[in-house]
Amino acid sequence: MNPLAALGRATLGAARRTGAVTLFGARGLLSAFTRPFFPGQTARQMLVIGFRSLPVVGLTAVFTGAALALNIHTGGGRLNAEQVMPQIVALGIVRELGPVLAALMLAGRVSAAIAAEIGAMRATEQIDALATLSTDPYRYLVAPRLAAAILSLPLLTAVADILGIAGGWLVATATLDFDGRLYIRNTLDFLEPWDVISGLLKAAVFGLIVALMGCWHGFHAKGGARGVGRAATFAVVSAAVLIFAADYLLTGVFTA
Amino acid sequence: MTPKPAQPRLEWRGVSKRFGDKLVLDGVDLAVDPGRSLVVIGGSGQGKSVLIKIAAGLLRADGGEVRLDGQPLAPGAAHAPGYGFLFQGAALFDSLPVWENIAFRLLHADGLPRRAARARALDAMDRVRLPASAADQRPNELSGGMQKRAGLARAIIADPDILFFDEPTTGLDPVTGGVIDALIVEQVRRLGCTAVSITHDMASARRIADRIAMLHAGRIVWQGSADEVDRSGHPLVDQFVSGRSEP
Repeated sequence: MNPLAALGRATLGAARRTGAVTLFGARGLLSAFTRPFFPGQTARQMLVIGFRSLPVVGLTAVFTGAALALNIHTGGGRLNAEQVMPQIVALGIVRELGPVLAALMLAGRVSAAIAAEIGAMRATEQIDALATLSTDPYRYLVAPRLAAAILSLPLLTAVADILGIAGGWLVATATLDFDGRLYIRNTLDFLEPWDVISGLLKAAVFGLIVALMGCWHGFHAKGGARGVGRAATFAVVSAAVLIFAADYLLTGVFTA
Repeated sequence: MTPKPAQPRLEWRGVSKRFGDKLVLDGVDLAVDPGRSLVVIGGSGQGKSVLIKIAAGLLRADGGEVRLDGQPLAPGAAHAPGYGFLFQGAALFDSLPVWENIAFRLLHADGLPRRAARARALDAMDRVRLPASAADQRPNELSGGMQKRAGLARAIIADPDILFFDEPTTGLDPVTGGVIDALIVEQVRRLGCTAVSITHDMASARRIADRIAMLHAGRIVWQGSADEVDRSGHPLVDQFVSGRSEP
């Protein structure tokens, strides 16, 4: 086998898939902003994607903030810089860990669920049935999930930001002898609006990735129950990898 | 002067379809006249479902064309309001109660208010002898036969011009299968519509067909009236009808 030919084939395949996913997402997004709308579907998805993810995202943020505080306090001690711990925890949470961890939790919880649900609909011909009922499956299935995830993840991230900082505060005041009021004041004085906004913008992009991967893999699931399982796995893995890649790119853009 | 033959309602002309290396349909020519019921028989994996899904606009043919009233069918014809489709497994939406499944097109495509759509759904349920008590149940709470009835109610609720039935009796016991066949015949007559069904159940084919065509290895190998199927003289048809393992 010619390795160059294999590399070429793989590259072309990847380019084809990227193009197909992009067109799929563009069609889903366009459907989200043109009539007819399915507000009931979007509201239901916001409940599933957003509200029901609150516990897992909240707990993750609290523990991450607490662990971050401990690590920064220990590391800062080597430079006699323990007192800047609140600022570093806050910055790390709102710019990076809040949006990324919330998105990863959603990738595990929601991407897989979307892929499994739509994949099962594909296997049982429910997607074909939608088409025979004069309903565009993109409009009914994809658009509400994309819209719900894009709207929900920034809200979840805002909650994660608050709870992550609270986790750091809890550890700092309970075990590291920090003054609680001073901790909060230092945090608020240090953070700039753009720190928060850039994190929320990242979250919106991550929301798109989470829902898009779930919808794409579910829509293209093949082979019954096994195919649905594979679609769920691929959705989680591809969403997680794309979240990290997008995080790097967006951080580069936001800090340029 | 010879009279002009009637225009077929639906016509496949040289339709071919390939999945990867496998040629599933190999230049199928077939037609069904207005108000008639065509049943396509054939073994599993012979491309029967593909044939009607292409006609219903759910799949694209690689070659040839499907004509509706003599006009080539546009891609995406499944969105046409004149079609009704009963899927093999009924394909009811798990997340919706039965009445919303049945009234789906009225609610979401036609924009009918919920109260009016529910009344139409209950009427359609009555036509297929589905008890009104099932209206608020979820599809997974219904038996296979009741799911088929709900699927049939959904297919006929908008008074379609063409009805497609994909293996309407598969997975049902013979009595329930007979009931579903009788409902299909009754509704096709009531609507005066054209029906295209696929099945490998010969008892069902005899009950609902005006004409029968046999699909084998991607081609129509025989077609004739329902009465002629037992004396087709075609070895594959004879084998299929008799259920022998060899032609």
